[in-house]
Amino acid sequence: MSGGNPDVVIIGAGIVGAAIAERLSAERLKVIVVEADCAGSGATAAGMGHVVVMDDSEAQFALTAYSRRLWQEKEACWPKAAEYRRPGTLWVAADAEEFAAVEHKHAWYGAHGVQSEILTAGDLAREEPQLRPGLAGALRVPEDMVVYPPAAARWLVERARRQGAVYMQGARVEHTTGSVVTLASGTVLHTGGVIHAAGAQGGHLPVTIPVAPRKGHLAITDRAPGFLRHQIVELGYLKSAHGHETESVACNLQPRATGQVLIGSSRQYGVHTAAVELPMLHRMLRRALEYMPGLAGLPVVRTWTGFRAATPDGLPLIGRAPQCEGLWLATGHEGLGITTSLATAELLAAQMLGREAAIPAEPYSPSRFGEKSAHA
Amino acid sequence: MAERAEIVVVGAGPAGIAAACAARECGRSVRVVDENPHAGGQIWRGELPQPWRTRWEQAAVPMQAGATAFGFAGEQTLLVECEGRAMEIAFERLIVATGARERLLPFPGWTLPGVTGAGGLQALMKSGLDLAGRRVVVAGSGPLLAEAGASLLAAGALVAIVAEQASFRQMIPFLGRIAARRGKWTQALRIASALRKTRYRAGAWPLSVERRDGALSVTLRLGPRREVIECDYLACGFGLLGNTELAQLAGCQVVNGCVVVDEHQRTSVLGIYCAGEPVGIAGVESALAQGLTAGYHAAGREDLATACTPGRDRGRRFQRVLAEAFALRPELKELATPDTIICRCEDVRLGELAGFLTWREAKLHTRCGMGACQGRVCGAALEFVAGMPAASVRPPLVPVSVGVLAGEQ
Repeated sequence: MSGGNPDVVIIGAGIVGAAIAERLSAERLKVIVVEADCAGSGATAAGMGHVVVMDDSEAQFALTAYSRRLWQEKEACWPKAAEYRRPGTLWVAADAEEFAAVEHKHAWYGAHGVQSEILTAGDLAREEPQLRPGLAGALRVPEDMVVYPPAAARWLVERARRQGAVYMQGARVEHTTGSVVTLASGTVLHTGGVIHAAGAQGGHLPVTIPVAPRKGHLAITDRAPGFLRHQIVELGYLKSAHGHETESVACNLQPRATGQVLIGSSRQYGVHTAAVELPMLHRMLRRALEYMPGLAGLPVVRTWTGFRAATPDGLPLIGRAPQCEGLWLATGHEGLGITTSLATAELLAAQMLGREAAIPAEPYSPSRFGEKSAHA
Repeated sequence: MAERAEIVVVGAGPAGIAAACAARECGRSVRVVDENPHAGGQIWRGELPQPWRTRWEQAAVPMQAGATAFGFAGEQTLLVECEGRAMEIAFERLIVATGARERLLPFPGWTLPGVTGAGGLQALMKSGLDLAGRRVVVAGSGPLLAEAGASLLAAGALVAIVAEQASFRQMIPFLGRIAARRGKWTQALRIASALRKTRYRAGAWPLSVERRDGALSVTLRLGPRREVIECDYLACGFGLLGNTELAQLAGCQVVNGCVVVDEHQRTSVLGIYCAGEPVGIAGVESALAQGLTAGYHAAGREDLATACTPGRDRGRRFQRVLAEAFALRPELKELATPDTIICRCEDVRLGELAGFLTWREAKLHTRCGMGACQGRVCGAALEFVAGMPAASVRPPLVPVSVGVLAGEQ
């Protein structure tokens, strides 16, 4: 970047900020990325890295399906460290009622052009022998992926830098408007626009946005190659992810490239401390054991927590911030930030450059909560 | 399984034994938790010297052996893994006496088979490894190095050299202190006479080691010279590091690797005490004095706790003398090459860590410290070599099974 003010300052080099930086710098915009810690260190580091098509609403489907395609198009680019793999997702049905949902989901995916296949109880037992006997079956979505998000974020930042972006690591934002970003170090950046891509951390913003931190726990086992082949998610997950209960857990298991098993997931509102809470971990692990009893013997080597940026309707905020000229939002991705990061960057770039986007952007517009947004 | 005691002591080394005896003698209900099958810790290894053997036997404190504390369930319940099961132990006061581990430093070849910790090789020997007639090079730093050399000699090993990285000049205040303490004489003489059968060299340290024709070939720096010595084992320990993780997990303040305590061994967290090496490396006598202080105070006998002050103060002074006498020389930071493995669990080499500014960043992008040892070895090594302080402590403190962590009892 040569002299003069930047066109845009991006706050946050998580997967979303990094993807936007890569996209806008490719459009020859003058970009500065400011990151308080290091690339991909917040919710990006805490997340599972499951790139998944979701069908709980048309808008969620449109964004996740589009974004999964973008991940796939970049397949040849991702560095080895990003651990890009395609184990597919198994949506596991515990009983006949859930199996009916599998059939419904299968038909819905088919109508929307997403490949999926129904596994009977026998198929499921053959595919994932560690699952407990007696499950009703599953829906396999073979094109869903798994990545290691911090490495993907770092690669996107590196690529943005090669395209001319300036990356400021360890730079904490004290305050921002739509045109002036003040860092804790005292540095003041004057800019054509500001993009808030710092997840649930919005203390520096001049306006209140409808985003609340939703804490999650994860645990990872020692290496156990071959223990698990697919990302396994209980069908009840949707209830957990999109319900509004204060606390919930769901069985969500992932085979890592290392042969480790990553165990999720939990959701908590109203908790702001990052400490691992053993009662929550108990609940989460017990749920996992209900589906996969053989996990009990695997050693857990680490646990951690993170904060999803949750919105009232479960959809992200992508676009102009109401009531603040020059400020753009790219946050509120809840548990789908890794999946939807690349599409978020495309949608935001299209809006900023006045182009038409591949999918309608209105469902994600921050102004959908009204001009005066306040979070319940 | 849920248990309860007024005072729970974690660690049955000298500090934990003293704390448990003191509290029990005051009539409190006490429970001790230790990873090993017998009391005594790393230093005594099940063979308690007098008068502690008798005192420990008379106190008859119930001990959960083979049990590892891995977290807390709430503010006053310790979580322990024992024989593959989770156990909760509720306490009113907790005394953390978790001891220390060896500091291992990376140099080319340090992960080869046959290269062990100095205390590590002693432990292997005590658990049955026959060293008779085997050639051993002992290298590193600290008073325990000489002890390790002496005990390996006694077991029939051919100790080719004991290489202490500190210079003789640097060690003078320490030697002076030992000479001034009659109690230390016998111990010092015993070690000195043992070491007469070998070479004890100050200002000497390992540069690299390789494996050739089934034997190790160690290159040592001896003052201005280099010397290559063939051996079967290279036993290396660069001093001790206090095990502060449990105290950290409880929220206790830790500064420069030492748990902060007041004159009665109270940490920054109400009801939690810390005694022995996690407070600062100062040896057995200090650990005993601190353990007694913590045990008496936790039992409500501040008068008895205060009476231990002279021993505690001596320990504090000795801690400073030790730290200065065996301060690690900066040359040791330069031993590892870009090709040297730093993280043994995840096979991460020093060169891969170049360009990362913080431990967390390096960990996220190289997996350094993500393995089963949870960065206990590489974290300390990187802190010394690259000045990167290791990241936060989270449960489980040691790997425990999913079943145990899920609370299956």
